[in-house]
Amino acid sequence: MRYLDEYRDPERARRLADRIAATVTRPWVLMEVCGGQTHAIVRYGIDRVIPSAVELVHGPGCPVCVTSLEMIDRAHAIASRPGVIFTSFGDMLRVPGSRGDLLALRGRGADVRIVYSPLDALRIAKANPDRPVVFFAVGFETTAPANAMAVWRARREGVANFSILVSHVLTPPVIGAILQSGGNRVQGFLAPGHVCAVMGFREYESLAARYRVPMVVTGFEPLDLLEGIWMAVRQLEAGRAEVENQYVRAVSREGNRAARDLVFEVFEVSDRKWRGVGSIPKSGFKLAHEYRAHDAERIFEVADIDTRESPLCISGQILRGLKKPCDCPAFARQCTPQTPLGATMVSSEGACAAYYQYGRYLEAEAAAPERA
Amino acid sequence: MCLSIPGEVTRIRDEGGVRMGDVRFAGVVREVCLECIGDVAEGDFVLVHVGFAISKIDREEAERAYRALDLMGMTSEVKDPLSPSGGRQEPGP
Repeated sequence: MRYLDEYRDPERARRLADRIAATVTRPWVLMEVCGGQTHAIVRYGIDRVIPSAVELVHGPGCPVCVTSLEMIDRAHAIASRPGVIFTSFGDMLRVPGSRGDLLALRGRGADVRIVYSPLDALRIAKANPDRPVVFFAVGFETTAPANAMAVWRARREGVANFSILVSHVLTPPVIGAILQSGGNRVQGFLAPGHVCAVMGFREYESLAARYRVPMVVTGFEPLDLLEGIWMAVRQLEAGRAEVENQYVRAVSREGNRAARDLVFEVFEVSDRKWRGVGSIPKSGFKLAHEYRAHDAERIFEVADIDTRESPLCISGQILRGLKKPCDCPAFARQCTPQTPLGATMVSSEGACAAYYQYGRYLEAEAAAPERA
Repeated sequence: MCLSIPGEVTRIRDEGGVRMGDVRFAGVVREVCLECIGDVAEGDFVLVHVGFAISKIDREEAERAYRALDLMGMTSEVKDPLSPSGGRQEPGP
């Protein structure tokens, strides 16, 4: 229980941990979908303050991790074109493509710029009207309104040199894919709080009903996570499979309607390939027809790319909750945050990077010393 | 990728028909799109993700949540967004 002392309210944390222990009568497997939640769980050792009967597996909610290798390679192909200003969030720059990363490309002279917001990329486009400016639009539903706003404004203000390379992914379809996959162990979900702040949680209600799994919309602080786990376990023990909202202070059932309307004005649902997971029907966004003039994939015609993935990396199984980072023979050996083989080690919200950052590799060594 | 950081709206302005504003996160001020927040006023607190406000929250919750996220190293999206891999560190979905 030593970790509990670091919590904002250790007493409340202890009470929640006790409550979980008093509720559990048999083993359960829960998945937190969001990478931010994974990070908090490992940082505070939440998986260790709850009874060992409750296993937490880490989900695919790291946008950097699930952006397909083809898309990374397309980004590289576009950024390599003469005259192009390629803009991106900082954490995409070190993601390995088939032939190095964007940072290396910048080192070779490509104009790759990090921005805080897609609206900053739009501003760069306005300031450089004679150069194509491309923004790498990755992310889950939470990021979609910001990206949609940038494109909506570009169209309205006639910023013809601004385009986005869209690699948007959606949470409910990947949860469905995990539940349908052979060997699935997940019996309950902590649904991502900020995704639901935008989208609401009606879609999760149909998932919970269809697959008979409890889903608890959960926040990001240690106490939120403990409470979300308790709510999910309580449902499982009672044989219930409903959507409950732990994160009421930021999330309503309907979400943010204005943001959602903006997203569906600019984007439409499309099939999407996830790195390590594969193609999932209707699991992403593409630009709607009216906005195709701002579609970088169409403008730069980068369709067929020959990709090369590391044969050692098991991030696909980690992203589906089938394995944990310590199960990987390359973890903390050939693969570290400095020399990542796969995206789950690059992004700090990736499960491998979180395990590495908080020293879980030491346990991997202790558990399997012969592997060295 | 979906961590949103709470901040205080310090200024609201119209930019070509779109409601924009300045939002203060501890010591850092960023330009934020407020278009999708209904009745927002200066002094309100909002949850912001990559320069876009997605939700309004109360002051007490905002201050507490910011401290908790900062302690977990999850506020670099606003504090240090321009470093490769340092910026926008923890926005999971």
